[in-house]
This record gives sequence, structure tokens and C-alpha cells, in this order.
Amino acid sequence: MAVSRFWRKLRHRYNLIGTHCTTCNTYYYPPRKMCPQCRRDGRIEECRFKGKGVIVTYTVIHAAPENKAVQTPYVLGIVQLDEGPRLTSQIVCKPDDARIGMRVQSVFRKLGEDSEHGMIYYGTKFIED
Amino acid sequence: MRDVAIIGIGCTNFGELWDKSFRDIFVEAGVMAIEDAGVQGEEIDAIYLGNMSAGRFIEQEHLASLAADYAGLASINIPSTRVEAACASGGLALRQAVLAVASGYHDIVIAGGAEKMTDVDTDATTDVLAAAADREWEGIMGATFPSIYAMIARLHMHKYGTTSEQLAAVAVKNHYNASMNSRAQYQSPVSIENVLNSSLIADPLHLLDCSPITDGAAAVIVAPAEIAKQYTDTPIHILASTQTSSTIALHDRKDITTLDSTVVAANKAFNTAKLTPGDIDIAEVHDCFTIAEILAIEDIGFFKKGEGGKATEDGLTAIGAEIPVNASGGLKACGHPVGATGIKQAVEIAEQLRGEAGRRQVEGAEIGLIHNVGGSGGTAVIHILST
Repeated sequence: MAVSRFWRKLRHRYNLIGTHCTTCNTYYYPPRKMCPQCRRDGRIEECRFKGKGVIVTYTVIHAAPENKAVQTPYVLGIVQLDEGPRLTSQIVCKPDDARIGMRVQSVFRKLGEDSEHGMIYYGTKFIED
Repeated sequence: MRDVAIIGIGCTNFGELWDKSFRDIFVEAGVMAIEDAGVQGEEIDAIYLGNMSAGRFIEQEHLASLAADYAGLASINIPSTRVEAACASGGLALRQAVLAVASGYHDIVIAGGAEKMTDVDTDATTDVLAAAADREWEGIMGATFPSIYAMIARLHMHKYGTTSEQLAAVAVKNHYNASMNSRAQYQSPVSIENVLNSSLIADPLHLLDCSPITDGAAAVIVAPAEIAKQYTDTPIHILASTQTSSTIALHDRKDITTLDSTVVAANKAFNTAKLTPGDIDIAEVHDCFTIAEILAIEDIGFFKKGEGGKATEDGLTAIGAEIPVNASGGLKACGHPVGATGIKQAVEIAEQLRGEAGRRQVEGAEIGLIHNVGGSGGTAVIHILST
């Protein structure tokens, strides 16, 4: 991924910063500049999520393109944050320990790297709370 | 709006076509369709070509020009348009052709779909297919395309008690059907045990729960229904053509185990055609993974939500049963050259309605449904066809 493309959303990825529509009081992560419910009537402000939530569903990935930062098998899940929005993220746990309904909290982790001399991607993953 | 009919069909063999190029396969399918319809090149008013990612698979964009050129139609300078909606690109191409003819703007239009996937290695293909999901908020987080459907499967099992054996039953049925399809990539039957013992890709999906990487192309010719009989004794009428969109990321869906794009496209299609799911004699649905066929037969309305797995296990979707699904072998066993799939589904249903499907013929089929999905449900396209 281009450096600028990742850098643009660095704060949001590192610190779990999303958006909040004050018109309808809905929270968004990933961040959205247009509220899908209020559209042009929506008033969007940034917000930082607490990073606590629950696993809605998950999978254990056994086959994936090579990524030196993450070895298979790894757990990927959809997490519903306590504030409401759902996001896709890796769950740092043993594959057998993941379960639907598990309480999780966010942690700062390495997501990947382009090559030995390339960009390193950091962001948010989740661990059992 | 004018009624529209399919007057010609063509489809290449599906598989790892090492000795054929992208331009070889779409010309092969296009010529088959043109000969089947008995039209002359000069009669063709427009081309629509469905393709997901030639830019990354073969480093070629501007496919519309390439298609017209190598089909030998550059000299008549007709409009040629490439359309893209990931794995629903073929369905989109058919719909664009239908709209063009229905509106009266064009008369004879060719709708094609083609994908050449094996010129890059498997890691690269996996990465290209992941682009059908949200690259910035799914892909970068480590999601592969199978893992997204695996998360749907896990929740479907959790909510409805769907089992790995029921998922496997989809693969077993579709491989069996493909064993009667000379165009199919996999013509060998598999057992439930074969599927369950194949390597895990993204738990609970095994290798044999996934559609393969495939090269292939397909084409159909559409024309106003009022002149279709001039070309063929067996025009296939298009009763409905609907297309919907939904969120690109799975995590933003209201219900992760329902493709709302499919539900809405199906409802609109049945309303347009003044039919119900019970009126459909045969369906080709988008089974990029076994769980996807279960979702499709529930979301289209053939079975209640949560009962698709059991219905499949009970044989209700086999050829000769209540609602035969994926008689061609589906994406799962016939193969899934992503941009070609939506058109290949139309070719299969047209053959079935003409009574030309050979050993996999669904006897007496008069009304068929085609369901083509992009990504994890960000796009859905449904067509209803009849004799």
C-alpha cells in the first residue's frame, strides 16, 4: 500500500479514532465523513473509542499470502465495540481459544510489512479482556 | 421499454487454460454466441464486457477496445464498454445489454464476460480477489476473501445449527452435477469425507468448500423479443433484470448471515416478473463458497432463513428435486473465472430452458433464475429467464 494511503489514516488506525454523528447519535468505525442515516443533515465529529467490545464472529485463517509479520494460522474476527460500530480485526489468541461472544480489548500491534526495507504497518488488534 | 430475449450463447471450457490468452478466450466465446445466433458481425450494435481485474491479472486495461478489436469489429467502430463489480461483473454486463436493448437504443448487443486468472501465482490471485472486499478496513487487517465468507459461515452455524457436513453437501452436489458438464473445471465427484478432510483454508471452510481459480469466457447475444424469432426458434425471454448494492465491508451489514443485496434484488425481480420463488424450475446461484449457496437459496426465498443447509443435505436442491440449484456445477465445480461467471450462468440457464443440457437436463424447465454476487454481497444481480 502507498505510504500516503496508510499515513492518511494513521491516527485512526493507531488510536481507534472514528467518527460520531451528533444528529442521530451513531458512532462509526471505520470513520465516515457522511452519516449513512442522516446524510447531508448529519453532523460528524471525531471520537476515540474505548477499545472494548465483543466478538460477533471469527475465523482461523490457515492460508493467506505471505506476510512476515503474521504467521498462519491466525484469528480474524468481527468485533462490535461497546459504542456500537463493528470492525474487522485480528484477535491475538490461540486459535482454539477464540469464541463468539468473547469480551475483547484493543491493543497496538504490527499488522504487516512490505519487505525487509519497506514500510511497516502498525494498527489495532484485540486480545481477550 | 421493449421485451428482450437471448438469441445466442457461447462458453469456453473452464479450467487452467495455460495455452490460451485472455484475447483467445473471449473471442472463442463471442464467436460461438454469434454463430449460435446466426447474426452477422455488421448487425452487432454494441459490446458489454464483464471483467474484474485484468489490470492486475494480465496488466491490461482498456479491455473494451481490445475486445472489439480482436473480435474483428474495430472496423465498424461500435461502442464497446467494460463493466466491473468484482465477481458480479458478468451479471452487470448482461444487465447493461438488456437495458440498452429494452430502451430501444440498440438492437443486437453482445454481453460477454472473461477472466484470465492463471497468469499470476496463487498468492497474487488471492490478493486480487481480496480487492473485492474493503481493502483499507478488511484487507489490511489480514482478511482474505475466503476468511470473510468463513466468518459468515461461523455465525450461520452458531445461529442456525448449520453443520460442516451440510456445507460439504453443497460441494458434493455441485461436483456431481459438474461430472455431467463437459465444460466444467472439475468433473470428478467428491464425497462428504473428501471435503471435510481437505485442508482448512479459513475455518470452518476447507479447500473443497471454495470455488477454484479459473480461466474462462462466456457470451450471450440479446435482441428485442419482437425480432428474436428471426434468428432462433428458441429465444430465451428475460422477464426481469435487477441489480442492487450494499455495504462493501461485511462488518457493516445489518445481519451478517443475510445478503440484503440478494434479498432486495430477488424481491424486485419476482415483482417485475409477477412470479414467486415457487415458480422457478431451475436456478444458477453464486456459490463462490459452499456457505454462499446456502445464503443464496435462503435470501432468494427458496427456503426459510437458517434452513438452507438442511435443505441441501436433504437433497432438495439436486437435479430432479424441488428446486435444482447449480446444475452446471456452479462456481464451485464448473469453475469461477470471476468476470465470466455471470454470463456463464445465463448460458447454462438458456441451455436448460432450450432442453439442450444433456445428462444434467432438468426435465420440463421453463423458468430459470440467475443470481450473481460481487464481493461478500456489496453487489447482487438477478435475472429471471423463461422459454
